[in-house]
Amino acid sequence: MKVRILVRPKSGILDPQGEAVRSALPALGFKGVGTVHVGRLIEMEVESADAVDAMCTHLLANPTIEEYEWEVGR
Amino acid sequence: MNLQETYTSLGFSDFEYDRILELLGRAPNYLELSLFSVMWSEHCGYKNSRPLLRRFPNSGLRVLQGPGENAGVVEVGEGWALAFKVESHNHPSAVEPYEGAATGVGGIIRDILAMGARPVALLDSLRFGPLGEERNRYLFREVVRGIGGYGNAVGVPTIGGEVEFAGAYSGNPLVNAMCVGLIRTEDLVRSRATGEGNLVLLLGSKTGRDGIHGATFASDELTEESESKRSNVQVGDPFAEKMLIECCLKLLDESLLVSLQDLGAAGIASSASEMAAKGGVGIEVDAERVPLRETGMEPYEVVISESQERMLAVVEPDKVGRVLGLAERYGLVGAVIGRVADHGELRVKNGGETVGSVPAEYLADAPVYEREVVRPAYLDEAQSSDPEDYPQPDDYNLVLKKMLAHPNLCSRRSIFQQYDHQVGVDTVVLPGADSAVMRIRGTKLGFAVTTDGRGRHCYLDPRGGGAATVAEAYRNLSCVGAEPVAITNCLNFGSPEKTEGYYQLAECIEGIAQACEAFGTPVVSGNASLYNETEAGAVYPTPVVGMVGVLEDVSRYATPGFKREGDIVVVIGSGSRVSLAGSDYLEVVHGRVAGEPPEPNLDAEKKIADLVREMVRSGLVDTAHDISGGGELVAVAKMALAGGLGIEYMEGEFERKLAGQGRGRADVALFGEEYGAFLVAVPWERWAELRGALGGDEGYYRIGTVGGDSVKVGDVIDVKLSELREAYERDLFGAPGGAEVTH
Amino acid sequence: MGGGAVRIGVTIFPGSNCDRDALYAVERMGAEPVELWHADADLKGSDAVIVPGGFSYGDYLRPGAIARFAKVMAALEDFARSGGPVLGVCNGFQVLTEAHLLPGALLRNAGMRFVCRRVRVRVEATETPWTSSCEPGEELTLPVAHNEGNYFADPVTLKQIEADDRVVLRYLENPNGSANDIAGICNEDRNVVGIMPHPERASDPALGSEEGIRILRSILAEARL
Repeated sequence: MKVRILVRPKSGILDPQGEAVRSALPALGFKGVGTVHVGRLIEMEVESADAVDAMCTHLLANPTIEEYEWEVGR
Repeated sequence: MNLQETYTSLGFSDFEYDRILELLGRAPNYLELSLFSVMWSEHCGYKNSRPLLRRFPNSGLRVLQGPGENAGVVEVGEGWALAFKVESHNHPSAVEPYEGAATGVGGIIRDILAMGARPVALLDSLRFGPLGEERNRYLFREVVRGIGGYGNAVGVPTIGGEVEFAGAYSGNPLVNAMCVGLIRTEDLVRSRATGEGNLVLLLGSKTGRDGIHGATFASDELTEESESKRSNVQVGDPFAEKMLIECCLKLLDESLLVSLQDLGAAGIASSASEMAAKGGVGIEVDAERVPLRETGMEPYEVVISESQERMLAVVEPDKVGRVLGLAERYGLVGAVIGRVADHGELRVKNGGETVGSVPAEYLADAPVYEREVVRPAYLDEAQSSDPEDYPQPDDYNLVLKKMLAHPNLCSRRSIFQQYDHQVGVDTVVLPGADSAVMRIRGTKLGFAVTTDGRGRHCYLDPRGGGAATVAEAYRNLSCVGAEPVAITNCLNFGSPEKTEGYYQLAECIEGIAQACEAFGTPVVSGNASLYNETEAGAVYPTPVVGMVGVLEDVSRYATPGFKREGDIVVVIGSGSRVSLAGSDYLEVVHGRVAGEPPEPNLDAEKKIADLVREMVRSGLVDTAHDISGGGELVAVAKMALAGGLGIEYMEGEFERKLAGQGRGRADVALFGEEYGAFLVAVPWERWAELRGALGGDEGYYRIGTVGGDSVKVGDVIDVKLSELREAYERDLFGAPGGAEVTH
Repeated sequence: MGGGAVRIGVTIFPGSNCDRDALYAVERMGAEPVELWHADADLKGSDAVIVPGGFSYGDYLRPGAIARFAKVMAALEDFARSGGPVLGVCNGFQVLTEAHLLPGALLRNAGMRFVCRRVRVRVEATETPWTSSCEPGEELTLPVAHNEGNYFADPVTLKQIEADDRVVLRYLENPNGSANDIAGICNEDRNVVGIMPHPERASDPALGSEEGIRILRSILAEARL
C-alpha cells in the first residue's frame, strides 16, 4: 500500500524557510499571503501501515522540532 | 519523421550525415546515429575549434600531461604534481541554475579524479546579466547556492573564482568550474583502454534518463524552446560523489585499475569510445548489464544517458572481485558492463544481441570546420569612440564610492562566505586576495591558482584581450609570490558560424597563444563552449584562463591589505599608457563600453611581474596588489580596506600623475587602466632595499604612506575608510537598488 | 589506560569530510588518532571520541538523522553513558542531538545561507574534558562553516542548560541566529560536548591560528586520568 507522510515544523518553532518564502512571494507580486510553513513530503510503499508511526518518531521526523501526519493513499 | 527530419533533429547537417554514410559504408540505425549525434556535437567534437586550438603551445619543462586527457598535469616538486582543468556548464545553468552549477562542479571533480588525483580545490568563474533584472538575480543566487551546495557537501574547498555582470550575458550566463587535484607523479593514471579480455566496469550511481541528448543541447543556441528541455538537465548527488572519490582513490591505491574515465557529456558512449580510440582497441558494452534507475530504458538511452556520479574503469579479470567488493563497502553501484576487444569498434549489445556497432575512431573524429577569419563591422565603430570625450566629474569622492560599490568591483565576501574554503585544512591564503594559496603538506611547497576573464576587453580587441587575460592571471599569481607554470582555459563564445563569433574565437586564441609563449605558461587542458547566444545577441567573447603557480616556500607570500602604519606605498610600472578605453570607470560612470584598449606589452609585463614575485619570495615584500579594473585609485582603496588602514598620497604625487599619464585629466590619472602595474608596500626601513631590488628603469614611484583612517589624494580625494567600506562591503544578494550610492 | 599516547577515535560516516582534518589535528597534538568506521562494532580502545564535521549521508532527511543509526553509534552511546568523553563538531553536534546524547536541535541558519567565516566566541563552561585547559570567559576566534547551525531548544530546556552552566561556547557575534547565542553545549554529566565551530581548522600556525588547540588540548590531560 502507499503511504503519504507530511512532516512540518512544530508550531512555535522558528521556521526560517517559511519566513523566506513568506517574504519572497509579495516581492514577486503575489498579494494576500499570510503565514507560510515549509515541510517535507515522504511517499512510501509498505506492506503494512502498522509501523508507520514508529518510523515517523524514530527517523522521518525529529519530535523535538517537528510534527507529522500520515495517510494511506490509493 | 522522415530520414532527413530524424537526423536534423539530432543536430546533423546533410554534409555530416553523408559523411557518416561514407565512413560506415552503410546507413546507421537509430542507436548508431545517436552515438554520432552526441560524439559529433560541438561540445564533444570540437568541430569549429579544433583547428584553431592547435595554435596553443602545449609543452613545457613541468608538463607531465598536455591536452588529450581528462585533465592537464604539471610537476610541482618533490614528486608531487597538480592535475587541473576548467569546464563550462553554461547552457544547463541558464535553464536550471542550481543543478546546472552543481553538476558542473561534480563533472569537473570527476575529470580530476580520473587522472588518479585527489581533488583539493575548486574555483568558479561566473558571468550574468545586470543585477537590476530579477531573472539575473535569480540565476546568480541559485548558481552560487548550487556551487556551494555541491562543493561543500563533497568536501572540496572552493577557494577562489570571479564574477562579472554585463548586459551581454543576459539570457546567457557563463558558469565555468575549475578543479585542481594533487597526485604523486608516479601514480598518474591515464584513460586509454588496453588489454583484450580486460573487463569494463561502471562504478557510482544508477543510470536513468538524465540529460539524454544533453551534449547536443549544449551545442545549440538558447531559445524559448530550451525551457521545455528542462528535463534534459541532470540533478547532482554530492554524497554519492564523495563516496566515489574515496572509493576510486582506494582502488588506485591498491593498483586495481588499468585505466579510469569519468562519465560526463554523452555518458557511456563518449567515455567508452574515447577509451577505445586512445588505446587503439574496441569496447563492447552490454546495455542489459548497466544498473538502471528507470524502467523500460532503450539501449540507446542507456549508452547516452548523462546520469551523474559515474566512472568507467578497465580492470583485469582477476581483480574484478576486489573492485566490486570495495564499491559495495563505499555504498556504490559496481557492475561489469563490458569488455575490451580487438575489433576497434564501440559495440553495444542488449543481452546477447548486438544492437549497434561503430568503429571507435570514427566517433572520436568529428568533421572539422575551418572558416574564413573576417574582421567584423562592429569593431571599427566600437574602437573609434574617444573615451576622453566625456565631461570630468565634480566629486571624485563620490565617484570612488560608486566604483567600489559597483557589482564588478565590490567585495565578493557575500559570495565566498557561502563556500566552505577551509575544509581539508590546507588553505593558506583564503579568498579575498589576488590568488588563493594552498600548501602541500609534508613539504615546504605550495601552489596558487586563479581564474580570470576579460570579456569586455575581448569584445573591443579580441587579440589584445586574449593576451591580457593570460597576463592578468600571470600578475595575480606573481602578486602572491607564486611562479606561474601552466594554464587551462574555457573558451566561452557565440556562434562560430557567424562572422563576429569566428573572428573573436580565432583572434582571442591567437592572443592567448602569444601570451602563453611570452610567459612560458603552456596550455595543458581546456574546454570550448560555443553558441552562447540568444535571439538578443551573443555574449562578449570570454576566454577564461585558469592558471596555476608554484611556491617553493609556501610561508613566503603576499596579500593585498596594508599591514603597518608608516609603510611606504610604491607603484611599479610606468603608467604612461593609462586609458579609459574599455575601462570599468567608463562603464560605471558613463555607461559606455567603447574605445581601443592599449595593446598589452607582454615582455614588459613579464619583467615587472617576475620582479614583484622575486621580492615576495625573498621576503622583502609582504603586501602587494596588481592594478586592474578601476585603475590605481580603486586598487589603492582595496588595499586600504583589506588592511583596515588608510593611505595619504605624498604631496605633489597627484600633480605628477595628472601632468604625466593623466594628460591633465584627473579621471584618467586616478581610474585609467593599463596593465602590468603593481602596488607594493614596505616598512620605511626597507625602502632603500626596495629601491635596490627595483634597479634602474622599471618606472616606479613612491606614491604615499600608510596610516590614518582615510584615503587622501591631493585635494581631489579625501574620504573616510568607513564610508568606503559601507559602499564596498555590500551584500550582492541583497535587495536590488539597495546599494545605490548617491552621496 | 596507563602509559602510551592518548587514543582519540574519530568516527567516519559516509559523507563525513572533516574526519581527515580531525585526525590530523589529533596527531599534531601528540595523541594517537584512531579511525572509527561507521560499520565498526566497537571504539577500538579509544580514550575519547570526536564526531567530526561534514555531510554525513549527504545531510539527507535532516543533518545527522541517518548517521545516528550507524552501527558504531551503539558503542558510542554506551561509551558516552558510562562517562566517556565525546566531542561533536558541527555535523557531529547535529548527530549527537539526533542521538539524544545532547538536548535540542540545530535548525537552518536564520539568514538562510551557508556561512563560512571566522567568529569570536567566549568559552564559558570549563568543567568539561574538552575545555578544562581554557580560562572561563576566554575569547577565541574560530572558523565556522555550516548551513544548519542555529541552536534551538524549548524554553524549559534552554533555562536548564543556562542554570546548570552547560553552555560551553557562546557567540560574541552570532552568525546563524542561535538561541541565546549558543555555539556549543554539554550534557548533564558534562562528558559529552557539542560545538558548531571547527577547532581542528585553527590548529596549525601555518594556516594562521592555533586557537582551536586550546579546546582540543584539554582532552590530553583529561584522558590520562
